[in-house]
Amino acid sequence: MGRITLDKVQKKFGEVEVIPPLDLTIEDGEFVVFVGPSGCGKSTLLRLIAGLEDVTSGEIRIDGSPATNLPPAKRGLAMVFQSYALYPHMSVRKNIAFPMKMAGMDQAEQERRIAKAAEALNLTDYLDRRPGQLSGGQRQRVAIGRAIVREPAAFLFDEPLSNLDAALRVGMRMEISELHAKLQTTMVYVTHDQVEAMTMADKIVVLRAGHIEQVGSPLELYHSPRNTFVASFIGSPKMNLLTGDIARSHDATTIGIRPEHLDVVESEGTFVGRVGVSEHLGSDTFFHVHIPQMEEPMTVRAGGEVGLRHGDTIHLHPQADKIHRFDDRGLRVA
Amino acid sequence: MARAITTQKKIMWTVLSWGIGLLIFFPIMWTFLTSFKTEAAAISDPPVWFFFDWTLENYSAVLERSNYPLALMNSIVIALGSTLLGIIIAVPAAWAMAFVPGKRTKDVLLWMLSTKMLPAVGVLYPLVLIAKYFGVMDSRILLVVILMLINLPIIVWMLYTYFREIPGEILEAARMDGANLKNEIIYVLTPMALPGIASTILLNIILAWNEAFWTIILTTVNAAPLTKFIASFSAPEGLFYAKLSAASIMAIAPILIMGWFSQKQLVRGLTFGAVK
Amino acid sequence: MATEHSRSSARLMIAPAVFVLLVWMLVPLIMTLYFSFADYRPLRATFETWIGFDNYASFLTSSSFLSSIGTTLWMVGSILLITILGGVLLALLLDRPMFGQGIVRILVIAPFFVMPTVSALVWKNMFFNVDNGLFSYLFKFFGAQPFDFLSQLPLFSIVIIVAWQWLPFATLILLTAVQSLSSEQLEAAEMDGAPALSRFWHIILPHLSRAITVVILIQTIFLLSIFAEIFVTTNGAFGTRTLTYLVYQRVLESQNIGLGSAGGIIAVILANIVAIFLMRIVGKNLDN
Repeated sequence: MGRITLDKVQKKFGEVEVIPPLDLTIEDGEFVVFVGPSGCGKSTLLRLIAGLEDVTSGEIRIDGSPATNLPPAKRGLAMVFQSYALYPHMSVRKNIAFPMKMAGMDQAEQERRIAKAAEALNLTDYLDRRPGQLSGGQRQRVAIGRAIVREPAAFLFDEPLSNLDAALRVGMRMEISELHAKLQTTMVYVTHDQVEAMTMADKIVVLRAGHIEQVGSPLELYHSPRNTFVASFIGSPKMNLLTGDIARSHDATTIGIRPEHLDVVESEGTFVGRVGVSEHLGSDTFFHVHIPQMEEPMTVRAGGEVGLRHGDTIHLHPQADKIHRFDDRGLRVA
Repeated sequence: MARAITTQKKIMWTVLSWGIGLLIFFPIMWTFLTSFKTEAAAISDPPVWFFFDWTLENYSAVLERSNYPLALMNSIVIALGSTLLGIIIAVPAAWAMAFVPGKRTKDVLLWMLSTKMLPAVGVLYPLVLIAKYFGVMDSRILLVVILMLINLPIIVWMLYTYFREIPGEILEAARMDGANLKNEIIYVLTPMALPGIASTILLNIILAWNEAFWTIILTTVNAAPLTKFIASFSAPEGLFYAKLSAASIMAIAPILIMGWFSQKQLVRGLTFGAVK
Repeated sequence: MATEHSRSSARLMIAPAVFVLLVWMLVPLIMTLYFSFADYRPLRATFETWIGFDNYASFLTSSSFLSSIGTTLWMVGSILLITILGGVLLALLLDRPMFGQGIVRILVIAPFFVMPTVSALVWKNMFFNVDNGLFSYLFKFFGAQPFDFLSQLPLFSIVIIVAWQWLPFATLILLTAVQSLSSEQLEAAEMDGAPALSRFWHIILPHLSRAITVVILIQTIFLLSIFAEIFVTTNGAFGTRTLTYLVYQRVLESQNIGLGSAGGIIAVILANIVAIFLMRIVGKNLDN
């Protein structure tokens, strides 16, 4: 079981309020991702749940029982750190065994769990090596192995993939999702990468400056972002945000149109501009279009083989039902 | 990227470096050779290099001199004792400063270093007076304490820099893994800190072994370590070059070997981390 | 991660180190300060507790003080010059590709580990000695008159001995600094068409400047209190009496504690001026 409840949890470092009082419930078995730009307080929030930081006020409950003042070890949570935090002087086997040894588990059971974890994580051949002799991806798996053998109530991940190269990151992302599907244990995952959030989460918590901007499933966030911040943070490439006359004509201060919701038309488009940089990905082409009335170029997703070149004139037409409208406070207008 | 370099150039640099290296090392080499000569060969004109009757008699002569074994023992006791005492005091302090840094940690560290800059002559007479008052002049315990004090800032500093390299996340991981403070220290911190502690010990034995102000001034015979013992050879007659050499080699050999092992730590220890 | 509990136990852990150093620094220093205002000559059974600044006045105006300052400056200055110049050159040399680099490094470092009394005696007897020293043989070999270094050029001789001991230190630290220079930076300069000499002048030297400053400051602090080398070779005679040695003689040889203590305080003040600069550099380094 791993239901985590945060009740008016607040964190101050000295006079600086990093997390203003905040409520959040993480359901058992859920894969929750905290996402936000660096410095938004997402790691601090995770560390409050882990017990590595003391909360200033408020309460944390795990499975209904108060955990606010419990030391990290007593909360039944396992954590995977950004730097993996493997013990460099211990073999992989001993690293994985360490939490069980601390718990005083009997030797046979330890062996059984190590073997099982090693097999699941492809580490069987590396059990007697030191972390220093492993690649980044292998270290990551050792860190995960160390977490799963405890059979914790929930896993906490603190930007676990940020030290890996792009190709490995995609692979590890799949492995972690796979692990979640298999174990059905609560996972709380911190990242600044919205792609990771969108691909892995059951529920995304978007944070900015310690505030929760929006909580919802990846598609909820994509389809109905609560404000301009979430709108531009979720989705890749970023949503185009437009102000001025065009926004007023839609009864809004700001309107947002995702690159994939702009159609390239032959003539008489809503927007007429000049093609700037284009990125050809084969399957798609992204055009950066300079429109005279606007400061920022608009990004447009077109099909794989659109024959437009730098400097060509382009006509664009937004899909009417996909326009997001925001008021003067940046909040979504229904 | 290292570039391919012509063998010719490499040979040139090799010859030049070896030449200068051997020149710098020469006095030690010469002392070493002389220590195996007879006294007559030691001052022969022209000097003899390798082809002489090698003898160990100088070493046995020095060892038989009544106070050499005592001086050696004193050096060992003082160097090890002051280092050990310093480590015992410094480990908790460096630990606390590295893992629970406060607002004043930096000031405390710098202040500790500043005590190292205090010229010995500024406190010379009071120390003689205090030593006499407690009746500890010319005693090992006095030198153990004083050498501990003058090296304590370096010990604290070195340990601090080593401890600080232990990533905080590892300690947090240990806590998440259920280790209490005791287990955290036994299973995680100590094994990770040991190499640093070992090199700190090594460097401080070297420093204490070679200290030659307080050891000369505060001892006469009973607690006189090798620094003082060697200084007593200062009469200029040529008749005991070989024995002087033998005594010198015995005094510097163990430290030379330790020193070669601790070159890298030396930079860290003596520049207080200002050069990396 | 720091809780209130760990803060207070941290203070407790630091306390012993702070306490012993505080006692070590304050008690004798205050005593020295006290004696420096007293006329205290145990051999003549004189003890007058307060004579104002008389000791300072007579110490500062004595010809031996002025000459000791001159000697100290000469000694420290020339040792610094030799070790820094030699150190930079050696560091650059040892950074070159060569065979047996590790062994050369060991050879060069060795003198630093030789105890001061040993190196002073070895140089004094086996090299500088006019009758049996190696230099005399060398001079004779070239048909020159043997030269009595320690009585003709005593200060120079001591400078040679001490520079030999400290050259390895400077070399080691500067080598560490040289090796931390990214080769990409040098290659970029080469691509930009900078010849070797200007690469040294515009890239290597500025990169080394901090290490050089540190070497100067640390060596100055150690060199200001050179003792054993003088004690063993000239015993302060022939214009080799540095400030440290002068104070030592006033306090322990002529037992003029008041005068010597005033000299000690002056030495402390001078060393502190150097120390302040060093602490600034170290302190800045502590921030990152």
